[in-house]
Amino acid sequence: MPNEKKIKSVSYAKWGYIFILPFFLTYAIFSLIPLADTIRNSFYEYYYSGLKVIGPNWVGLANYMEMLAADLPKYAWNTFVMWILGFVPQIVVALVLASWFTDARLNIRGKQFFKVVIYLPNLIMASAFAMLFFALFSNSGPINSILLSMGVVGEAIRFMESTLGARTLVALMNFLMWFGNTTIMLMAAIMGINPSIFEAAELDGCTHLQKFFKITLPQIRPLLTYTLITSLIGGLQMFDVPQILTGGQGAPDRTTMTLIMYLNNHLQAKNYGMAGALSVFLFVISGILCWIVFKMNTDSDPDGSKSTAKRERSLAKKGGKA
Amino acid sequence: MKKRVWSFVLAAVLVLGLLSGCGGSGGGGGSSDGGGSGGEASDSGKVLNIYVWNQEFQEKFNDNYPEVEKLSSDKSITYLKDGTEVHWIVNPNQDGVYQQKLDEALPISQLGITTADVPNQYKYTQEAVTTADGEIRALSYQATPGMMVYRRSIAQAVLGTDDPDTVAAAVADWDKFYETAGQMKAAGYYMYSGRADTYRVYSNNVSAPWVDGNTVVVDQSMMTWVERSMKDTQEGINHNVTGQWIDEWNKDMGPDSKVFCFFLPAWGLDVCIKPNVEGTSAEQDWAVCPSPQGFYWGGTWLIAANGTDNMSQVKDIMLKMTSDRDILRNLAVNNGEMSNDQPLMEELAQSPEFGIDLLGGQNYLGVLSDAAASISLANVSPYDQGCTEEFQNTFGDYFNGKIDLEKAKANFEVAIGERYPELKSGGVRWPS
Repeated sequence: MPNEKKIKSVSYAKWGYIFILPFFLTYAIFSLIPLADTIRNSFYEYYYSGLKVIGPNWVGLANYMEMLAADLPKYAWNTFVMWILGFVPQIVVALVLASWFTDARLNIRGKQFFKVVIYLPNLIMASAFAMLFFALFSNSGPINSILLSMGVVGEAIRFMESTLGARTLVALMNFLMWFGNTTIMLMAAIMGINPSIFEAAELDGCTHLQKFFKITLPQIRPLLTYTLITSLIGGLQMFDVPQILTGGQGAPDRTTMTLIMYLNNHLQAKNYGMAGALSVFLFVISGILCWIVFKMNTDSDPDGSKSTAKRERSLAKKGGKA
Repeated sequence: MKKRVWSFVLAAVLVLGLLSGCGGSGGGGGSSDGGGSGGEASDSGKVLNIYVWNQEFQEKFNDNYPEVEKLSSDKSITYLKDGTEVHWIVNPNQDGVYQQKLDEALPISQLGITTADVPNQYKYTQEAVTTADGEIRALSYQATPGMMVYRRSIAQAVLGTDDPDTVAAAVADWDKFYETAGQMKAAGYYMYSGRADTYRVYSNNVSAPWVDGNTVVVDQSMMTWVERSMKDTQEGINHNVTGQWIDEWNKDMGPDSKVFCFFLPAWGLDVCIKPNVEGTSAEQDWAVCPSPQGFYWGGTWLIAANGTDNMSQVKDIMLKMTSDRDILRNLAVNNGEMSNDQPLMEELAQSPEFGIDLLGGQNYLGVLSDAAASISLANVSPYDQGCTEEFQNTFGDYFNGKIDLEKAKANFEVAIGERYPELKSGGVRWPS
């Protein structure tokens, strides 16, 4: 019967495609095409002088060479230093808070309240936060007034004029903005650990420290790595805080100039060539980092049988050779 | 969306570095029909968006423009009598945002304004905004020759008198200026606030424009500024304030400050000094005299956006605010402004009755009137704003003792290369 055959061949899959089409369309228009364009631009000399357009002239890899030869490593280093200065205290504080908040014995009261409070700085616009710190730590700002009137220092500390001061301020802000977020993520991870493990450990006379280092840490390791990598990607894009704090100058002596601030400098002259080259560079690094996260999250060996087999194989090999 | 874009019609432009034309080699001009698709200027708009770099023009407009009916409670909207809403958008002037708008602006001839309509304006205020195609693209309500604004009380304490002529003699040239500065320091005062204050006094006295071909040429006068500023900072002649428009600078103008003088044009009296001393003991503690070297500083111009849909209103505002004698007189009397009306300013300069409270009744126009007529734009270039910003920024680290002179020079070269890629190949020539 022909009718029956027809009914069998009806496919609902096309509706699925139609429903996801809007995403792919918007993605293509607003992300994919600009991305391709950026890569294309990176091979051209292409900028504006006032209203006059120079280029696009094909220059091959000249933009990349110029960037690597001159400044890029320095700005990458700046970005890394400010990121690590913020990340280390962030992860330490977040770990401590997360393990306190989830500890069944401590049973801290008002947990919900603290969770909201530590998350709050993240809700403030980064630029507003930077403006606030700029005012607080300016040469005649409240921090200096307090230090002066308490007699801690003889004359105002010029925070923003020293490399250490400026970098520390940036790191401090990043720390304050993100430790709450990390704490909440780590709490989720810790609460995912089977409580019977902790109970068993306590019965065996485990101390708090032992519990933390021997049970909690190994159990949440995947999430820790995830936090590290996402934070690293976020750190790569560090921009708003140092931009506002130093007025886009990366002062002093360009030691707080991050990669994206450097990118921004090129955009003032609408220098699509150099900016494109820098963007491609960042894209590649972010891509590598994302790949690592992806690898971590798609565990191809969930029960450890493959690695055990591998180990045994290599042991057997060694045994054979000996 | 297009509609919205085209209703951005009028911007008050602070042309700090005075951007004129486009270096003669084309590049300017081509914007008069830059709107192209549907960008025809028209008259149908009910909302007039005005971009300003601070509240200065907004207040002057609200106080003086005759068509103003009322303000919204937060002052962000001004309602005109014909029902038009003026929306104010305040964007700080940084990275040349307004300067770049000039080339894109509607020439005043297309608004139906000719130079015959504004006969009394200082000629330089029109030359400054004449693009390579010979079109005037903006009008200003002020002239901006500079002067030295000083504190009467400190002059009394150190020099024994606050009389402007005596003080003028004590700062008649740089040698005398530093002699006086020595006295100030000995008495526990600072001569001036920070290096940015003297910057324009030096940068206006350069011998050639910033850029020659595609080479940035640093004038000897700029290096003199670097040398002097470093010395003054180390010796405590200045108060080591790192910039202008910042908190410390404002505090240095306040009643408790030990800073003797500032280098400002007339607009500085109302915009910079007054807000910091209003209602305090220093409210009338100021006087002015000529600075050791003549200079000028920026100014605010009104420009019409290409494709505006409030054409006749924009024309009326530009004409009234920049050439209506009553309004210009008000600006001088109420705001301590040097208005853009040469005959009127010369008349007021001679008038014994004219004076403002901030200066204890002194007639500041007497000091400025000759200077305004002699402002020369021979050495301005389209690169002034960028070079000025980068020069001050990169040498800031040097003054703070973070880097040596050579490093500062290298940083300047890098910054210029980023900002103006077309100048990268030409490099920077330093005075030997």
